[in-house]
Amino acid sequence: MRHILSILVENEPGVLSRVSGLFSGRGFNIETLNVAPTLEEGVSIMTITTIGDETIIEQIIKQLRKLVTVIKVVDLTEVKNVEREMMLLKVAAEEGKRAEILRIVDVFRCKVVDVGLDEFTLEITGTQDKITALINLMQRFGIKEVARTGAVAMRRSMQ
Amino acid sequence: MELTGAQILLESLGREGVDVIFGFPGGAVIDIYHQIPNYPNLKHVLVRHEQGAIHMADGYARATGKVGVCLVTSGPGATNTVTGIATAYMDSIPVVIITGQVPTPLIGNDAFQEVDIVGITRPCTKHNFLVKDITKLAKTIKEAFFLAQSGRPGPVLIDLPKDVQQQLCAFNYPKKVALRGYNPHYDPNVKQVRKVAELLCKAKHPVIYAGGGVISSSASKELTKLAQAYGLPVTATLMALGCFPGDDPRWLGMLGMHGTYAANHGMSNADLILAVGARFDDRVTGKLSEFATKATMVHIDIDPTSIQKNVHVDVPIVADCRLFMEALNKEMADLAGQKDVFVPKDKWLAQLSEWKAKHPVKYKPATKGGFIKPQSVVEMLYKITKGDCIISTEVGQNQMWAAQFFNYKKPRTLLTSGGLGTMGFGFPAAIGAQAAYPDKLVIDVAGDGSIQMCIQELATAVCYNLPVKIVILNNGYLGMVRQWQELFYEKNYCSTCLDIAPDFVKLAEAYGAAGFRVTQAKELEATLKQAFSTPKPCIVDVIVDPEENVYPMVPAGKSITEMILV
Repeated sequence: MRHILSILVENEPGVLSRVSGLFSGRGFNIETLNVAPTLEEGVSIMTITTIGDETIIEQIIKQLRKLVTVIKVVDLTEVKNVEREMMLLKVAAEEGKRAEILRIVDVFRCKVVDVGLDEFTLEITGTQDKITALINLMQRFGIKEVARTGAVAMRRSMQ
Repeated sequence: MELTGAQILLESLGREGVDVIFGFPGGAVIDIYHQIPNYPNLKHVLVRHEQGAIHMADGYARATGKVGVCLVTSGPGATNTVTGIATAYMDSIPVVIITGQVPTPLIGNDAFQEVDIVGITRPCTKHNFLVKDITKLAKTIKEAFFLAQSGRPGPVLIDLPKDVQQQLCAFNYPKKVALRGYNPHYDPNVKQVRKVAELLCKAKHPVIYAGGGVISSSASKELTKLAQAYGLPVTATLMALGCFPGDDPRWLGMLGMHGTYAANHGMSNADLILAVGARFDDRVTGKLSEFATKATMVHIDIDPTSIQKNVHVDVPIVADCRLFMEALNKEMADLAGQKDVFVPKDKWLAQLSEWKAKHPVKYKPATKGGFIKPQSVVEMLYKITKGDCIISTEVGQNQMWAAQFFNYKKPRTLLTSGGLGTMGFGFPAAIGAQAAYPDKLVIDVAGDGSIQMCIQELATAVCYNLPVKIVILNNGYLGMVRQWQELFYEKNYCSTCLDIAPDFVKLAEAYGAAGFRVTQAKELEATLKQAFSTPKPCIVDVIVDPEENVYPMVPAGKSITEMILV
């Protein structure tokens, strides 16, 4: 099963390598990984999505908690959560296809952030499903490039 | 007053009570070495190879329970310690490794003797630091010592650039450590302890399975008290030998691949297993699906990652083993005193004793005029010392015989590389132990293969008059691999015969140590006694039966009851 782990870490050199090394050294796989600073100085948050059965996830969480520079680990899959990912997608947009692409952009409530002579760059935010759906729809126009952030997630407020 | 980084380091070591460090100089630590003569309370032992330094620090830590410290230069000096760091990591031994680093402006430039030792040792240290800011040096050293010995102990590395060693800074050694992400849990849950006491009272066939955590948390006194008061049989891993008296009738011997019949069958027939500070290593469990299937499993460990890792645990307890044992003894005194609560374990103990008597650890005695049996050498060591010595071992057959045929009665009297199985460990570890206890008899039980991996430390032993006794069980083979080749690889003795070996007697003499050779069983006792009374390091080269095997043996991947007996 896919799990979303939210990991609060000390923001210092080598932290990312300690966390990712823990996964690779034990043969666990990281599906997505996202790191950025939090409001608190010197503290960053990592969001890692990974796949494994309960025993593996339990080991991963325990091992993460064992790292000295890891402050807190929460498995967000166990609670109601909000999950989002951002993607930039460059799609071929020849004359005659543009209107249709823009219609899809409208339906998906995403944005065109750059326009070229024969291509658009789109920005989309959403769940993994929504992002996959957009990719599927854009494929027939010809996707030139994608850049995805990987998931970021938080516990829902009302539960 | 301001001190240099080098002075801050040495001052800090003093504050941590460090009395000896094992090291090897180099350009990147020359500033530290420049200051060492100014710290007469700190003894520096100059080794001959950095692997020797880390094993010595490790042996010192195993024998004393204190933190062992080693100091090496950057680049090759640092990488030479990696094997020893991994050894200490696998066996949870508290050591602090100080490595020199190239000056901070050169870091990342592929400078001369630069390696990313923090990166290299990340997977085999409990934690590591690169100190780039002199104002953080004292705090880092404090944290390193705290991390090394608290919670589940382990090696901690401090990488110290040359320019930081030279910079000046006011010295303030912190009194306390505050690490947000590090809070080991020591106290056992009261309800869980009560539950364990109830299970122990009720159990008909309980077994205590003790691991290295019993020794590192100093729980052996409490464990012995519990087992003796309530008639509970005890088995232990290689790492825990000595945590329970080897001459007690409740002692089953070591369990696992080369464990005793009584221990392995005891585990398999137990209805309750109390695993204390052990981690269910594959050398202990054998085939996991057939391991102790009838038992309710109770597991106490300071490290939550050890629990539920290999086997399903019914009662998991994250706690310090000694605190747990104290609490359990109190609960048992309370509970077992009540009428009809305690089920007597006499029948079970009688059954185990019968197995012990029927299938002791044994070997076929030497034929007349034949080779000396290596097991008899270990038995002779016990006969001469009565167990009053520190034994270290190399790795392989010598290690298993030293585990099987010597009755360890006290903790910290067997120093052996359990988790990593590091050949070359025993001799430097013995030097480390001897540095801590100059008056104790310290014996390295060695093989002719293993001893050659750190033999250069003979110079160190001679130089500092650390009279370690090396007893080589010389069979001319890399014996344990040869044994596997014999039993499971159609006797294809590929690369396990040590055709060309040094003359160990001459080698000892070349280094200024004493050398003895034993080829006849009748000379063994007198020669060993002579070596033990010689006040300098000695090698006793005992020529033993080249084809002797370690039994009992559980083939890899089989259930621990599928034992090959003698």
